[in-house]
Amino acid sequence: MIKAFADWLTYSVFKMTAGTHLADAVNFFVYDTIKIILMLTVIIYVVSIIRSFFPPEKVKKVLAGKSEFTGNILASLLGIVTPFCSCSAVPVFIGFLEAGVPLGVTLSFLIASPMINEVALVLLWGLFGAKIALIYIGTGMIVAITAGFILGKIPAVEKMVEDYVWEIRMGEVILPELTWKDRFEQASDHTQDILKRVILYVILGIGVGAVIHGYAPIDFVAKYAGRDNPFAVPLAVLIAIPLYSNAAGTIPIVQALMGKGMPLGTVLAFMMAITAISFPEMVILRKVLKVKLLVIFAAIMTVAIIMVGYLFNAIL
Amino acid sequence: MEIKILGPGCAKCNQVEKIVKEAVAETGVDARIEHVTDFRKIAGFGVLSTPSVVVDGQVKSVGKIPKKEDVKTWIGKA
Repeated sequence: MIKAFADWLTYSVFKMTAGTHLADAVNFFVYDTIKIILMLTVIIYVVSIIRSFFPPEKVKKVLAGKSEFTGNILASLLGIVTPFCSCSAVPVFIGFLEAGVPLGVTLSFLIASPMINEVALVLLWGLFGAKIALIYIGTGMIVAITAGFILGKIPAVEKMVEDYVWEIRMGEVILPELTWKDRFEQASDHTQDILKRVILYVILGIGVGAVIHGYAPIDFVAKYAGRDNPFAVPLAVLIAIPLYSNAAGTIPIVQALMGKGMPLGTVLAFMMAITAISFPEMVILRKVLKVKLLVIFAAIMTVAIIMVGYLFNAIL
Repeated sequence: MEIKILGPGCAKCNQVEKIVKEAVAETGVDARIEHVTDFRKIAGFGVLSTPSVVVDGQVKSVGKIPKKEDVKTWIGKA
């Protein structure tokens, strides 16, 4: 139906000739923009309702008694469904440790939560298809589990956490009961909030993607950053790190680049680096981690993501 | 009455402070409003998600921006 609308708008209203670069670009833009905005609205709403059942105050109790490896897996899973904004990273970190959640498990949670977020998932699903979205979730979880596990195994890692963190004592909270009406209202507020924040980037990103889609030569990326170029993956990761807040705008561009020969491994590495490693988040984590641990954290994440890139470029 | 807004100074936390102040002004309730930004103090309430609102020691909302009407209900002047 959206396809029919995009065709009608491009070929009947704008009177463009099918098959030209301009018509291709416009058709692609109209179709993808409408599809993504619809998907974002529906999926963020549903995810928000699911999330209202998993506040971090409850999640920490679930994770508190768990052993390391199981804990890392569970933390990565819960990281996906727990509402979390980077401004809550410090309280969540301290609250988890105080409740007795192992450090590595807490870090698994903090890695998975921003990396596997609903906006990135909608864009991946809508633009790349369900298969690639699932591969992203799967590898993202493996990165979060492994990185958290390794970090937790560093000798005397507790000493690399700021000392004041260990002195904080949490109070006990009785969370206000939520009715279904509260949940629906919150979900609707949250959906509007996120849409407002990302819509401009999504439209811009799809616009740039449409231009690449319609005009760039077919082997444009393959020529410079294809499978044979060993520097493509690390370079993609380096470019991605400063793009943090723009996951919404960059994913459509990456999708267009994939159509022009960017291999899947490079695509995955690029997107993970956008969502999981960023300067603002490092600045926030610095409040609880000493510089040494922060550097190790960033290094392990970078290496893990580059490995994901190489692995998928090699097997697909 | 004592109303505390718990939040490390993020944009949303300031929005909550504004809503609470308006609700108090409109209802004319005698309330002391405090914006708690020190996480050591926030932790004392057991809250992990911010912004949160505490009225007379009772946590009323967690990790969201409440509606002005809700705030009025909490302070007993809906």
